Amino acid sequence: MISACVNWVAEVGRNTIERCAAIGRAGLMLFGAIVALPKLKNVRLTIQQMYVVGVQSLLIIIVSGLFIGMVMALQGYTILVDYGAEGSLGPMVALSLLRELGPVVTALLFAGRAGSALTAEIGLMKATEQLSSLEMMAIDPLRRVVAPRFWAGMISMPMLALIFSAVGILGGHLVGVDWLGVDSGSYWSIMQSTVDWNEDVLNGVIKSAVFALVVTWIAIFKGYDAVPTSEGISKATTETVVFSSLAVLGLDFVLTAIMFGIE
Amino acid sequence: MTSRKTEILVGLFVILTVGAILLLGLKVANQGMQARGETYTLKAKFDNIGGLKERSAVKVGGVIVGRVESISLDSDDFTPVVVLTINKNYDSFPETTSVAILTSGLLGEQYVGLQPGFKFGDIGNLTDGDFIEDTKSALVLEDLIGQFLFSKNND
Repeated sequence: MISACVNWVAEVGRNTIERCAAIGRAGLMLFGAIVALPKLKNVRLTIQQMYVVGVQSLLIIIVSGLFIGMVMALQGYTILVDYGAEGSLGPMVALSLLRELGPVVTALLFAGRAGSALTAEIGLMKATEQLSSLEMMAIDPLRRVVAPRFWAGMISMPMLALIFSAVGILGGHLVGVDWLGVDSGSYWSIMQSTVDWNEDVLNGVIKSAVFALVVTWIAIFKGYDAVPTSEGISKATTETVVFSSLAVLGLDFVLTAIMFGIE
Repeated sequence: MTSRKTEILVGLFVILTVGAILLLGLKVANQGMQARGETYTLKAKFDNIGGLKERSAVKVGGVIVGRVESISLDSDDFTPVVVLTINKNYDSFPETTSVAILTSGLLGEQYVGLQPGFKFGDIGNLTDGDFIEDTKSALVLEDLIGQFLFSKNND
């Protein structure tokens, strides 16, 4: 009985130590990767990774943005029209996209589309000992492999979020104005008088930069720290998507409370 | 090695982002219109500002000429003081100008309406920091209903 209790306590302690050690390893890895920025060759590699991480995510971002904007216009219209306030459709679509849906949905899609791929790629590099080979050749894998992917994610995600919001607003215009007959002038002009550049657009960009840091960091670390077996990589990939989605949703609440909560 | 195709596609990605920023900046947030231009401030005391907020519009005959800069309470006579920032292009309002808090539509936002007065004799123009004397408060629906019921009782 007593030994079972002690074992349980020991297990709690082991888990805690393991968690803390993982956070420490993640911090060291990020530090090693960030310090490696100023090198012309790394810029080349970063651009190449931006193609993989950013350009190849464009299609899913644009399509989801378009459809989310369209659905919001459709749903918002049916409610607003009862009050004769369908002119407020523009600000409703624009504010929800810029403040919340743009950064959050982009981050979730990014975690699924690019984050999982990053984890699997780096994890497989580790499993096939490519990372060790690089070290054998006196090339720091943190600089050569991790840093370009990290910076590509950090740069790409705010860009993707901006594109998402812009496409979503155009999608809202498509449904609200061209289909449901809201006046095009009031769609844009009420939106313009409501949306503020610093308050709404910049805060959205800051949000998505934070999400980019979290998602890319988790994705890269999970790959770099994966157990180098098939099961290990599959587990790491799953954990990347689950952890970064949870982190994004939790952080979103905190950031929203800080940015918009208290006047 | 970065291939030519990759570079072109990343370039397109960047251009698309710049397009999105331009759309959001110019068409959605309308940054180009209001940020620039010199302004001056006018002040007005109201009895009741209703639902007026900071950044509400200041209009003359429906044309936006400025924004509400700040709203505070005068500590001496406990009346709200509204500070208006007006575009320097419109700097020749006479001192007889009156100001009212109006509502756009039945349920719409409240805004400040300036009603320029007549220029005659030695009436000067309002300058930076001046108080507008002639103010009309916001229409509060509850007060209106109260007045209506009161006048009904008198009949």
